[in-house]
Amino acid sequence: MDLKLLVFWVFSLVLIGAAVGVITTRNPVQAALFLVLAFFNSAIIWMLMEAEFLAITLVLVYVGAVMVLFLFVVMMLDINLLPMREGYSKHLPWGAAIVVAVVVQIVLLIRVKWAGSGLEQPAPKPAEYSNTEELGLAIYTDYLFQFEVAAVILLVAIIAAITLTMRRRPDTKYQRPHEQVQVQKADRLRVVSMNSEDNQDLTGKVAKAPVDAGGDAGVAGNAGGTTNQGAQS
Amino acid sequence: MGFFEGLLFLIVTVLKVLLIIVPLLLTVAYLTYAERKVIGAIQVRKGPNRVGFAGLLQPIADVLKLLTKEVLVPTNSHRFLFLIAPILSLAPAFAAWAVIPFSDTAVLADVNAGLLYVLALTSLGVYGVIVAGWASNSKYAFLGAMRSAAQIVAYEIAMGFALVGVLMVSGSLNLGDIVRAQEGSIFHWFWLPLFPLFIVYFISGVAETNRAPFDVAEGESEIVAGFHVDYSGMAFALFFLAEYANMIMIAALAVIMFLGGWLSPVPFLPDGMFWFFAKTAFMLFFFLWFRATFPRYRYDQIMRLGWKVFIPVTIVWLSVEAVAILLDIGPWFDIRKT
Repeated sequence: MDLKLLVFWVFSLVLIGAAVGVITTRNPVQAALFLVLAFFNSAIIWMLMEAEFLAITLVLVYVGAVMVLFLFVVMMLDINLLPMREGYSKHLPWGAAIVVAVVVQIVLLIRVKWAGSGLEQPAPKPAEYSNTEELGLAIYTDYLFQFEVAAVILLVAIIAAITLTMRRRPDTKYQRPHEQVQVQKADRLRVVSMNSEDNQDLTGKVAKAPVDAGGDAGVAGNAGGTTNQGAQS
Repeated sequence: MGFFEGLLFLIVTVLKVLLIIVPLLLTVAYLTYAERKVIGAIQVRKGPNRVGFAGLLQPIADVLKLLTKEVLVPTNSHRFLFLIAPILSLAPAFAAWAVIPFSDTAVLADVNAGLLYVLALTSLGVYGVIVAGWASNSKYAFLGAMRSAAQIVAYEIAMGFALVGVLMVSGSLNLGDIVRAQEGSIFHWFWLPLFPLFIVYFISGVAETNRAPFDVAEGESEIVAGFHVDYSGMAFALFFLAEYANMIMIAALAVIMFLGGWLSPVPFLPDGMFWFFAKTAFMLFFFLWFRATFPRYRYDQIMRLGWKVFIPVTIVWLSVEAVAILLDIGPWFDIRKT
């Protein structure tokens, strides 16, 4: 048996198992971790199809960033699964029908494509072929406009998300780091000259301290806090 | 490829992997020794000096001690995830070494998208931390995991942007080609034209590895030991191993992308693996120096530094670089051969 085929079967079986795990497990954190496993295995299957760039990007973007934030949210929220599971048996027939329809469509599509167009298995590219480079060329020359449109849509989504979640509360205290950095010694420190103990009158009257800077005994007084907190927006 | 040829290939590859992993483990062991010695010297004390000559057997003694300790599993923890978390953090730290070129020829897998592969794997390391924090079912561990997740996501963006700068001048994702694009002398290496990106990359790397001054995920004085507060024995040692392997990884990547990898700094000396190791050791020293010198960042300051300082700096420098490449400013930016 071909080693490549063996690898394919192992990883596809794990992929299907993980996908089933996502929807059957009761613990949301476990479900998210199963989804991570599924992403990872599909990346390996893409890798077997010599789509290295897509495979690595899948891991980098979905596993490395999106799912981390997903887990972050799922762990923080106290999700009560019981109300969600209500009506499970009521919706089951509909769900099953949709799944069957989707599977039938996919199978038909693959069979029609294969049978109709006489597609052959594409020949493997030589080792120095870089599909990263090809993809880059395609995106930034042939499909530049579509790419830019997609980028603008994403930007709009980012701005929308920020405006929806930004609430300015009047009582929130902010720091102003640029002001903190620009603080000079004179703003915070006052050097007070006063006589040392020897020159003081020990009967109780303290000798009047000269205010000029000529005195040798300095006392460092910290006027105010060390940080510039409390600046309101 | 037939099944038996494939099997043979597998065995040879496993041997090569061992050739990388075993020295790496030794390096990790002696990096802990170096760390204690360096910090000792900075704090004017001796550091470990009892086990073996000048304390040289101290790491071995530590490993033996950790091996004989019991691995405790808390009663209310998620047992499977609790035990798999150290492995989740260790595996990516080791797997990323597959594409690191030690010299012109010494590389396990010379893949085209090597840099992307490294980025993808280093971003996986956070799962070990998150899963450990959640599976422990402890408040402190959970707080550590949450801090780590937010921090790593923030600094990964700055790190990725810094690496985009390297791609722009080298014109390749292959780590070997990136080093080859820096041929010449010390002034042809990318640290000079990409100096802001070099600094951003290295500091983000320190943050990614959860090292001081960015070690809020551990934060002994606030959340005891963060995500690994409930771990003991070998499970704890695996987290440590992953942290140090990641440190060496970040140092090695900085060397490859900004300090010319295996290339010699002056033309009259030969290139070779020696330079790679020497430069990596040089970069590793900074990790130890930082730890001994800086106080821990406050959490909101970490977030501010990542989002509001590093990301704008990288974006500005990428624009500068793009203009320089467009104008063919030599000797670094004249890469457009076609």
